[in-house]
Amino acid sequence: MTREEIGEAIVEIIEDIVPDEDCSGLNPDEALRDQLELDSMDFLDIVMELRKKYGVEVPEADYPKLATLKSCIDYLEPQLADK
Amino acid sequence: MKAKSERIVITGVGVASPNGNSLAEFRANLLAGVSGVQPYHIRYFGDTHAGICNFDPQKCQKRKEIRVGTRAGSISVYCANEALADAGLRMADLDPTRVGVFVGLTEHGNVETENEVYELSKYDYDVKYWTHHHNARTVANSPAGEVTINLGITGPHYTVGAACAAGNLGCVNGLQQLLLGEVDVAIAGGVSESIHTFGIFAAFNSQNALATNADSTKASRPFDKARNGIVVSEGGTLFTLERLSDALARGAKIYGEITGYCYNSDATDMVLPNPERQAECMLRAIARAGLEPKDIDLVNTHATGTPAGDVMECRALRQVFGDAIERVYVNNTKSFIGHCMGAAGALELAGNLPSFTDGIIHPTINVDDLDPDCALPRLLIGQPRQVDKVDTILNNSFGMVGINCVLIVSRCRP
Repeated sequence: MTREEIGEAIVEIIEDIVPDEDCSGLNPDEALRDQLELDSMDFLDIVMELRKKYGVEVPEADYPKLATLKSCIDYLEPQLADK
Repeated sequence: MKAKSERIVITGVGVASPNGNSLAEFRANLLAGVSGVQPYHIRYFGDTHAGICNFDPQKCQKRKEIRVGTRAGSISVYCANEALADAGLRMADLDPTRVGVFVGLTEHGNVETENEVYELSKYDYDVKYWTHHHNARTVANSPAGEVTINLGITGPHYTVGAACAAGNLGCVNGLQQLLLGEVDVAIAGGVSESIHTFGIFAAFNSQNALATNADSTKASRPFDKARNGIVVSEGGTLFTLERLSDALARGAKIYGEITGYCYNSDATDMVLPNPERQAECMLRAIARAGLEPKDIDLVNTHATGTPAGDVMECRALRQVFGDAIERVYVNNTKSFIGHCMGAAGALELAGNLPSFTDGIIHPTINVDDLDPDCALPRLLIGQPRQVDKVDTILNNSFGMVGINCVLIVSRCRP
């Protein structure tokens, strides 16, 4: 997956998790939780969907690396590059 | 503690029925003979019949609330919002610490557990794919708790597990909390989401107690010779209950007064009902209301359409009413909507409350060939009837493992 595809995949997951939110035009450098009504339980859902859809494991220690859209892409790129 | 002489009245009704998303729609369909039972297919079990609600959850909930919560929660939230609005109450005007939510349930958590196990099957049953939502969704207070979150209610909430007597027992709990002075407004009744679990259909089928019929709308047929079991349905009814003094002070519309109630246990069998205990429950409820059987105008039966259960309830009714059985009208709401399980008592009561004002009794449908063992003299079959007056309704609800709950609701005379 390219960085663009990874970004789209993440946004698609978030859209399902917070369906009342407008996920278009997210600032990739701003914390997702500052832009969306996204709580810690939603965050666990994101981790679960990454596991289910892409086989990616995100250990709890790495959760801070998913803070922004850009940091998500940075973190996931090595794991999803050949998917 | 408040004085026990306080009287408790129904000031709002929130209904999610397989044949109506409001009391007005539900009542109109009961008078017009419109069934809410449809063909239904569920995973593993296959084709059957069910009463299915089609209210719009998004009327009261955000999409995320619906995703994170439960179907029982959505039904509860819908009914609670409707019940408050119908009572002319807004949370913004109420002290949220003085409002309570008391929801009767037949069971809870089976739907979520079955769904999650099914989901897990796609991942070779590796439990690392099990959702973290499972516990919050399946704790027994969840449907009532979802109401408090939705409406910002900070008073007490709990659910009442009482099998198919739960709707009535939920009402009793609301009444008791008002009498105890724990709350000033009780949102109380029952809900059921059971049609979303295959297990309930499969279990009734294994028990030879699941209704079969070529026509879904004819499948629920209490008192008919050809009845062959239960139609499982979903639904809910929550009432706004208040102390009469409060209701009068604010000039509230009053549907009726809960004048009597009783809940007891058969102590005999896991499944089979006990007409002796049913009769005892009815008599104690009537006595608590300060009435005699001859004072009851309408009995809304629990009868579910099982061959044995309907006969036993009729036997209990004959025992309770004696000669007065000749004058008391008897009807059945499940013949329209199937068995809404934990919602049944409250929902069926709701469908009959308008009789106090319109003087009409809704019939029992699908009785083409009356079982002589169920031939109560004034069992109303086929068509609604305008009567002189309905002042007092006795509402029966009985459940598995031998739990009975009877409500007496009367025209309110302040």
